Amino acid sequence: MAQDVSPLKSTPLTAAHRALGAAMGPFAGYDMPIHYADGVLKEALWTRQSCGLFDVSHMGTALVMVGKASGDDQADHRAVSAMIEPLICGDIAALKPGKLRYSLLLNDGGGIDDDLIVGRVPNSPGVLYVVVNAGNKDADFARIGEAVAAKGGQIQPFQDWALLALQGPKAVQVLSGIVPGVEHLGFMETGRFTTDEGILIISRCGYTGEDGFEILAWPTLAKPLWDRLLANDLVKPIGLGARDALRLEAGLPLHGHDIDGDISPVEADLAFALSPRRRKAGDFPGAAVILNQLDQGPPRIRVGLRVDGAPAREGAVILGPDGSNIGVVSSGAYSPTLRRPIAMGLVPPHFAEPETQLGVIVRERVQTALVTTLPFVPHTYVRKPIA
Amino acid sequence: MHFTKDHEWVELNGDIATVGISAYAAEQLGDVVFVELPAVGKTLAAGESLAVVESVKAASDVYSPIAGTVTEVNTVTVEEPDQINARPETTGWLAKLKVADPAAVEALMDRDAYEAFLGKL
Repeated sequence: MAQDVSPLKSTPLTAAHRALGAAMGPFAGYDMPIHYADGVLKEALWTRQSCGLFDVSHMGTALVMVGKASGDDQADHRAVSAMIEPLICGDIAALKPGKLRYSLLLNDGGGIDDDLIVGRVPNSPGVLYVVVNAGNKDADFARIGEAVAAKGGQIQPFQDWALLALQGPKAVQVLSGIVPGVEHLGFMETGRFTTDEGILIISRCGYTGEDGFEILAWPTLAKPLWDRLLANDLVKPIGLGARDALRLEAGLPLHGHDIDGDISPVEADLAFALSPRRRKAGDFPGAAVILNQLDQGPPRIRVGLRVDGAPAREGAVILGPDGSNIGVVSSGAYSPTLRRPIAMGLVPPHFAEPETQLGVIVRERVQTALVTTLPFVPHTYVRKPIA
Repeated sequence: MHFTKDHEWVELNGDIATVGISAYAAEQLGDVVFVELPAVGKTLAAGESLAVVESVKAASDVYSPIAGTVTEVNTVTVEEPDQINARPETTGWLAKLKVADPAAVEALMDRDAYEAFLGKL
């Protein structure tokens, strides 16, 4: 019996990836470049040494806005913040114009339904910029849409727009040559910029631990911008394989793997995302569970592991010092920068001290896994001093 | 040099066969990061797992093209797994076996037949 398989979706740059000879593969329903001719290791190293260009258009981007601007910018911002805050644990009301915040969409059990970026768009009263994971975007936008509509607001996904990530120490030099002014953005800041190609929304953030930018572009601007960036010798195209290695090196969780609806922010070692005002008010989903874990300690916690031997991949059993089964690897791969396997997993807190020697089972063999502080590779974010 | 449908190559010198993975296999695997080689003295049947070659993507079994006993392994690939990507059909060899039946090698695809086989994949 024939199976009805939906065709993979394309981004505005799919043809460009194929033309570059990328090895393509499915990801979150999209036909994406896994790597180009250089391969995963060289692409990851290039990103950390120079800068890499990623097509991340599969991710979910949207604006959340009040139904009608009132003329009082602060009132509009408070209103739109009040629409989204009940779903997440961050203080959005306190965001200054142009600032981004990493936050978590929570469920009533205290678990993480997605991680996301929420930003206050400058010069746009009552408008928030939201970026969610590709695999959850339909569910996330439906849930956010329902919540904001109930309070008179609306969500406008950037349907078919392109999102490009330019990451690495040379990113600011490269991008400011094309878009003067981006160098004034600090880490977790966003702005609207006009170029020869048109208007771009540019945020200084990313998923690699390096300095870099994410650039939201109208569909017809995507290819000209992609070409202009690649014309610079400092830039190479980078696929999802290297992207995953880089974010793992940076200690960043991937939803559906290191975090999910059954893992709390405390267990995930993401308690920093619980803003102090929200924590005090306990006004987020799953607050009872989460606040109790903050008080008593969580039953398990995410740790980094330096693995000896073959890579320990997702699902590999983690053993305690006495050889008993204490957890499971949630993400694991070979680190291009450290030239050894690394992994993340959840273990009971009394095994989570750095330097604790644990084990992982790989192909029926026990290999040493040393608990390590995250990130594995230091972040190099460029934070601007508070003006 | 002869090839199997699983993309292993074997080169016979007297009754010693050198085995590795083909350039096609190395390209398909991507960057090799870890190699598991057999113990010297291990006896294998044709088609039995000889080694494991692990790339950034996944681990792959390498099957022995012929029956034989391992006489030598290429420890260079353990220290420098990228040799398998750089020179898969020369310095990236994996193991040498003393073969029971040298004629079994002749029964495998020669390079022309292997290239034709690849063309149909």
